[in-house]
Amino acid sequence: MALRALFTKTAPTLASGLGPFASAGGSGTRWQGLCHARGLKVAALPDLEYDYGALEPAISGEIMRLHHQKHHKAYVSNYNDALEKLDAAMAKGDVPAVVRLQSAIKFNGGGHINHTIFWKNLKPVNEGGGEPPHATLGWAIDTDFGSLEALVQKMNAEGAALQGSGWVWLALDKERKKLLVEATANQDPLVTKGANLVPLLGIDVWEHAYYLQYKNVKPEYLKNIWSVMNWKYASEVYDSEIA
Amino acid sequence: MAMALPLAYASSVVHPFEAGRLSFSTKATKHKKQIYQFRNVTKVLAYYGLTNPPYKLDALEPYMSRRTLELHWGNIHRGYSDSLNKQLANSPLYGCTMEELIKTTFNNGNPLPEYNNAAEVWNHDFFWESMQPNGGRLPWGGVLDQIEKDFGSFSNFRDEFVHSAMMLFGSGWVWLVLKTNERRLLIVRTSNALCPLVWGDIPIISLDMWEHAYYLDYKDDVSKYVNNFMDHLISWHSATTRMVRAEAFVNLGEPKIPVA
Repeated sequence: MALRALFTKTAPTLASGLGPFASAGGSGTRWQGLCHARGLKVAALPDLEYDYGALEPAISGEIMRLHHQKHHKAYVSNYNDALEKLDAAMAKGDVPAVVRLQSAIKFNGGGHINHTIFWKNLKPVNEGGGEPPHATLGWAIDTDFGSLEALVQKMNAEGAALQGSGWVWLALDKERKKLLVEATANQDPLVTKGANLVPLLGIDVWEHAYYLQYKNVKPEYLKNIWSVMNWKYASEVYDSEIA
Repeated sequence: MAMALPLAYASSVVHPFEAGRLSFSTKATKHKKQIYQFRNVTKVLAYYGLTNPPYKLDALEPYMSRRTLELHWGNIHRGYSDSLNKQLANSPLYGCTMEELIKTTFNNGNPLPEYNNAAEVWNHDFFWESMQPNGGRLPWGGVLDQIEKDFGSFSNFRDEFVHSAMMLFGSGWVWLVLKTNERRLLIVRTSNALCPLVWGDIPIISLDMWEHAYYLDYKDDVSKYVNNFMDHLISWHSATTRMVRAEAFVNLGEPKIPVA
């Protein structure tokens, strides 16, 4: 309760019309002047659609706050830094520098992409989080996995087995119109596993996503996160890709 | 320095930490024989025991809390050790020291399932011994000389170590290794469970950069964790012992032969 008051974030999202990742520097970032002049689209930290404490007890408010305000923000700023340097290197034709910056772009850009999806994947219980999927997505899950329970079990097994840091995804192969469970390492976005893969749901299994609350008991975290899973978002993405 | 050096160099470590207290920590490699009286079958299993860190769990406060060590050693390290023993119960691998097990299961880059657990058990043992209460500050003697030779100065080395730790993407470890072929010290970053032993190099100091190593104490403030490690936790005693052993395997420099 006090947690909610402390961690309430009610700032409205900037309506930029440039998509979820880009911003023309409108939030007074220090890249605003320089990059606006060059037309470089920098990333911006998206706001959450719910309070930090709204996902309790599945994910604690402390974790949500750190995860969003520290980790995701760091990915955003490091990505923007790397992007600036990349732009400069490309303009100069400095090929070694361009190549050298790729890992930073992949890591921080991937982190930004993955976490942006992740915040949309979660929803408080009283707003529909955890409600199982219906209609098209529900039938597709039954076809491809047998049942929702089987899918959950498969994703939890992948998540528990993942060594080190990474993500577990429910992916849609839009070419073959099939659902898959995939795992990616570190902050690799899902597309690194296949250009046709569209992420429907992702679970962050980096330790920062659960350690403060669940300590090393990762399976407990994986079991509980389903109670705040936003299947509605997954259905929307699925329907728009299948159509 | 007259000291009996076992062939598997890291299998026993002596480090006098507190006044009047000598602690030996040995990696217990026990062979468990089960003799069934009614069947002439002897089953030999390999078993690796979990060793304790060479200090009490609250000895590294305030730079690494007791709670972190309780979870990191008591749950995570113990978990790897238990998983390893479970795997080994059904495996033909036995008679190896921990280092041999790691090299065998690494299988030249195509690791066997036991590799991850074996490497993590060893890595964590090495990590506990790379730290000590009242650690940090400067190395001395041969270690300092070698660092200055290979990095220019101690502060260069320190900066490079911290930078390397900050540049690690994902889970992994940062090592100060003695490269056996290049015959010099180097700072190396490895991912997940990878260990420089598999390349035949000799680790001198390691730092665990998996989030579970620091998250409870430092949350996302990685730079503070790494700097505290360098300033207050790193055990140059251990580094010296390991360097001494390493010099039995790597020739770090011939004596100058005067030109006639």
